[in-house]
Formats: sequence, C-alpha cells, structure tokens
Amino acid sequence: MEYQIQENCLTICLPNELDHHNAEEIRKLSDQLVEKNHIKYIFFDFQNTNFMDSSGIGVIMGRYKQVCLFGGEVWAMNANERLKKILRMSGVMKIIHMYEEELCI
Amino acid sequence: MKDTNEMKLIFDSCSANEGFARVAVASFMTQLNPTLEEVADVKTAISEAVTNSIIHGYENEIKKIEIRCLTKGKTIYVEICDKGKGIENVEKAMEPLFTTKPELERSGMGFAFMEAFMDKVEVSSVVGEGTTVKMEKIIGKGRSAWNTQSL
Repeated sequence: MEYQIQENCLTICLPNELDHHNAEEIRKLSDQLVEKNHIKYIFFDFQNTNFMDSSGIGVIMGRYKQVCLFGGEVWAMNANERLKKILRMSGVMKIIHMYEEELCI
Repeated sequence: MKDTNEMKLIFDSCSANEGFARVAVASFMTQLNPTLEEVADVKTAISEAVTNSIIHGYENEIKKIEIRCLTKGKTIYVEICDKGKGIENVEKAMEPLFTTKPELERSGMGFAFMEAFMDKVEVSSVVGEGTTVKMEKIIGKGRSAWNTQSL
C-alpha cells in the first residue's frame, strides 16, 4: 500500500478494489501510522480505485472515529462518480470532506 | 430463441474469492448488454452478500458458498447461499447501520446497499442452517433505443 506522511497528515493511496479482503490491511496500516506519527488529518486517495463496497465505508468510518477524538479530519480525493454515489448513500459524505468539491459546484 | 440462461458457482468462503465472485457474475450478465452502471450495481450487491456469508454466516471458517444465476428475458436473478449460522432476526439485520460486528468496523450498510442497487432483495434464513439471499434486477430499464444520427 502506498502512503505518504507530511507532518500530521497521512495520505493513503487506495487499491483498485476496496472490499473486505483488502480493507483489513488498510485498517492495520493506517492504525499503526496514525498512532506512531500523531496523525490528525487522513486523506484517502481514490485515484486508482474503481470498486468499493460497504467494507470501504467501514474503513472510512473507523478512521474518522479515530482522528475526530483529537479534532482531526478525514478527506476523500479523486473519487469517481460511482464512488461518490456510494459515499453519499452511506452518509459518510456528511462526516468527511471531499477534496475537489469546490471545483464541482 | 432461447430466453433463459443459468449458471452455478461454488467456491470457498475466503475473502480472496469476493473479487472472483463479483467478477464472475458481472461477466455472466454481460449477455444482457448492461450499462457500466448496471454492472457496477450488481457487483456491489454480490460483494455485499458474499462478504456477509464469509464474516457473519461462516465467521471466517472456510466452507462453501454457492451462487446461482439465472437470466430470463431482461432480468437477472441471483441467489447467494451459505450453510452458516443463519440470521436470528432478518428484519433487524436489514436495517441500515445495524451490525452485530461493530468491532470489525462493519458499517451495517450491506443489506441497504443490496436493496439500493438491485430491484428486489429477499432474505430467507434458518438459524443454524444457513442463509439465502435472492436478488433480481431488470437490465436496460432506463435506456432509450440507440439512435444513430446521420452525419
């Protein structure tokens, strides 16, 4: 899994398909990184992602709970229309920030 | 012309097979000439159902999951069966955000997604015997006939 850390920001480049099978790995990795590096802001980069199901929603909600205790934020970037629909339907769009949303309005 | 087509798939309940299952059903349904959106809908629904069987039905034991698909006219019927522990209260289980495994970060959106992306979802379950999820979707509903305009 590719990721990048800048100060207290963690950017995770999500895989092509985000389902229960690889959600586990992302969860473990990000939990470690968040704890070790005192991460406050998590960016999920959906650039390479074409598929996501409710397991992905679980990962995002879990990370949100983790950082929001310390006043942190979760951002999603480069999500395609399909993924946005899933994020919207599940309600997580209300708790996370969409990175390029300003451009779309 | 033959109007129906069937297939049956039996595979181990390991999480690596989730991707296989949804892609297999997606490629089976291409005969109905679906839009990309429709394929994505069915893939998501299959993924949810198979994940449910693996996590909740078998609780990560490796056993068999069976998928039966039937296309009839423009409709695809999918049945996903496991012989796992079954669901005590199906109605409760289908409520959005309800989950019995919050510690695994399950969002509780599985059945809600299935219902949103398919036209019909039916769940029958017997505790101790297993669960069957039946779904159907009409393909090509909202599509207007292809219109070639002369250049």
